[in-house]
Amino acid sequence: MRFSRKTLGIPYAIFLIIFVAAPLLVLFYYAFTNGQGQFTISNFVHFFTDPNTLGTLFYSFAIALVTTTVCLLLAYPVAYFLATSGIKQQSVFLMLFVMPMWINFSLRITALKEILNLLEGNLAMHPFLNAVIGMTYDFMPFMILPIYTTISRLDGALREAAMDLGANSAQTFLRVTLPLSLPGVISGVSMVFLPAMTNYVVLDMLYNSTYIMGSLIGSYFAAYNWHGGSMISLILLAMICIFTLLTGSGDESQARGGALL
Amino acid sequence: MGNTDTIIELRGITKVFEDDGFKAVDDFNLEVKRGEFVTFLGPSGCGKTTTLRMIAGFDMPTEGDILLNGKSIVGLPPYERPINTVFQRYALFPHMNVYENIAFGLRQKKTPKDLIDKKVRRVLDLVDLEGFEKRKIQTLSGGQQQRIAIARALVNEPEILLLDEPLGALDLKMRKEMQLELKAMHDKLGITFIYVTHDQEEALTMSDKIVVMSEGRTQQIGTPEDIYNEPKNAFVADFIGESNIFNGMMTRHLRARFCGGEWTCVDDYEEGTHITAVVRPEDVEIVPPGTGTINGVVDSVIFKGIHYEITVLSGRNEIVIQTVHSAKAGDRVGLRVDPENIHIMLAEDHTNLFYADLNRDFRLEYNGHELDTSVTRIFPGSRRQEDGSVVDGNGEILDPARVRILVAIQPGDIQMTDDQETGLVQGTISNLIYKGDHYSYIIHTDLEQDFVVDDEYLWNMDDRVGLLMPVEKMKFTLKRK
Repeated sequence: MRFSRKTLGIPYAIFLIIFVAAPLLVLFYYAFTNGQGQFTISNFVHFFTDPNTLGTLFYSFAIALVTTTVCLLLAYPVAYFLATSGIKQQSVFLMLFVMPMWINFSLRITALKEILNLLEGNLAMHPFLNAVIGMTYDFMPFMILPIYTTISRLDGALREAAMDLGANSAQTFLRVTLPLSLPGVISGVSMVFLPAMTNYVVLDMLYNSTYIMGSLIGSYFAAYNWHGGSMISLILLAMICIFTLLTGSGDESQARGGALL
Repeated sequence: MGNTDTIIELRGITKVFEDDGFKAVDDFNLEVKRGEFVTFLGPSGCGKTTTLRMIAGFDMPTEGDILLNGKSIVGLPPYERPINTVFQRYALFPHMNVYENIAFGLRQKKTPKDLIDKKVRRVLDLVDLEGFEKRKIQTLSGGQQQRIAIARALVNEPEILLLDEPLGALDLKMRKEMQLELKAMHDKLGITFIYVTHDQEEALTMSDKIVVMSEGRTQQIGTPEDIYNEPKNAFVADFIGESNIFNGMMTRHLRARFCGGEWTCVDDYEEGTHITAVVRPEDVEIVPPGTGTINGVVDSVIFKGIHYEITVLSGRNEIVIQTVHSAKAGDRVGLRVDPENIHIMLAEDHTNLFYADLNRDFRLEYNGHELDTSVTRIFPGSRRQEDGSVVDGNGEILDPARVRILVAIQPGDIQMTDDQETGLVQGTISNLIYKGDHYSYIIHTDLEQDFVVDDEYLWNMDDRVGLLMPVEKMKFTLKRK
């Protein structure tokens, strides 16, 4: 028997059907039905009329926004200097920043919890701050890597050309390096912003009782309200799709950053 | 100094790279006149681009000074020098359109908007790309990008324009066109051009002055005519144009022996001096056998369009000739050269060079002796295939009839022996010079070649000797016919 490309593709097709297509269909089914299995849009309406869900949405949004901004402000200079300094130990330094990813997540967050406990006394006093600190710590490498990759792939001659044409270091950065590194920034932002809206495990482990979107979905499912939970998931999925479409130009570099991860 | 015509002067520039201690440029001195077209010419790694980068301000010289209009600019960053660069791969800003790329430098200088408009239009006109303002860089061909890169530099009206192999990425036809256009632009604008290339023809076509560089050092500075007609050393002769280069010796006043003959020349050195003789292929005349200085047999004839390239073998020496008259392979011919066309220079490097043949068994042969090595051992990557043929490192088949091996061996690695037959080749000692701790001999072999041999013992003039050459001291280069 001869294997054609099609035959070889069968296992992947099965995988896609079982783990991607089918769950999505189930998600759609639950999102648009009620407990009796009848079609309804009440879950959708409920999401946008319930002050609780909307409040959580805005709260998550605020956390994600602040986390992403802090990540970006910290990660950009790191990535920039790593990529442009030309030091020989570049990869070692990059490794140092990425290495926390290889240490077990719960261990890292538990350690962070102890430190914050020591500093603040009572973790419950600063839920928002703690959420931002925890997530920034957790997501930082995802911001550094794509920016680093984009900047280090820029042709060094471009910076030299700008200097040659009369731009000093600051002007060269603003007019050439920064705009050309934007694809990396977009890809970093999309890798941090969306997880930051939903990753409630960080909050849970920091004994944080505030709700973000992830915790909200979790609580719906814990209460056997699969329909409401599915609808929230679906709305988040839609938001991700819209964000990705809006930043479509960042696709290529996103793939690059992803490859590095 | 003090000459108002000099726009830029490089004094004793040396550049040593800190990370690996590599000396890229060594004691470089040059004066460039206002409006001149100067070319730095040399093989890759000769330091020409590094020198250009020091003029632009991207690299700092380790030693020496650069004077622009008599004032040192060594401490100035690139953005404060009235010098602009056209980069090797153009380095156009991919996030800006053509207009924004060209306007970059003018905006930096806070030029008013309407003036920028006017200047951009004028410079686009100059490079023949009117109406390209809104085009994206990615939509331009290599040649167009190249023109935009030139426009982007010229629009700033620099005192000096630096061009770093700007035509390297273009195809041959485009390159020829751009050479002429660049030259025309230079004549029209009167800006000083400093141009870097490894292409000798490009350098000869365009320049007022050529600086030939090798291994960080200036080999010769002169007009294209000077450098072509009066090369200062064998490197320049070999690099500029095609040359026949022979090792030899001065036999008496205005007479030199090389290539199996004794020639009259116009350069004089003391009798017995080791010399290098350079003869341009177009300066060799084919005459009836017996009427020239040496005789030979035509080995191959290739039609090149405007001339024939004829290879003549005389003894073991190969002479390349360019002539408009054809000849037939196998013809016996005589060769003569006008004395003024023989360029004699002091041999600075006494490396002995000779050609060995490849026999059917893929072993090296010289003077009827097989060398104790094989092709697969001396050329990394070459290997014998299952069908018995041998391929080189690039997988190309080696045809013994179509390749020769150039062998290089140092004078100190050759030994003389009284037991002549054990030598690879036999000859007569035709000169000796005492060098303090050793003697330097010239052995004129039975194959009409001169070998330079260093030996600590004294031998006599006219002694017959055999030359022992250890295979492990030889360096090999593959030459295809």
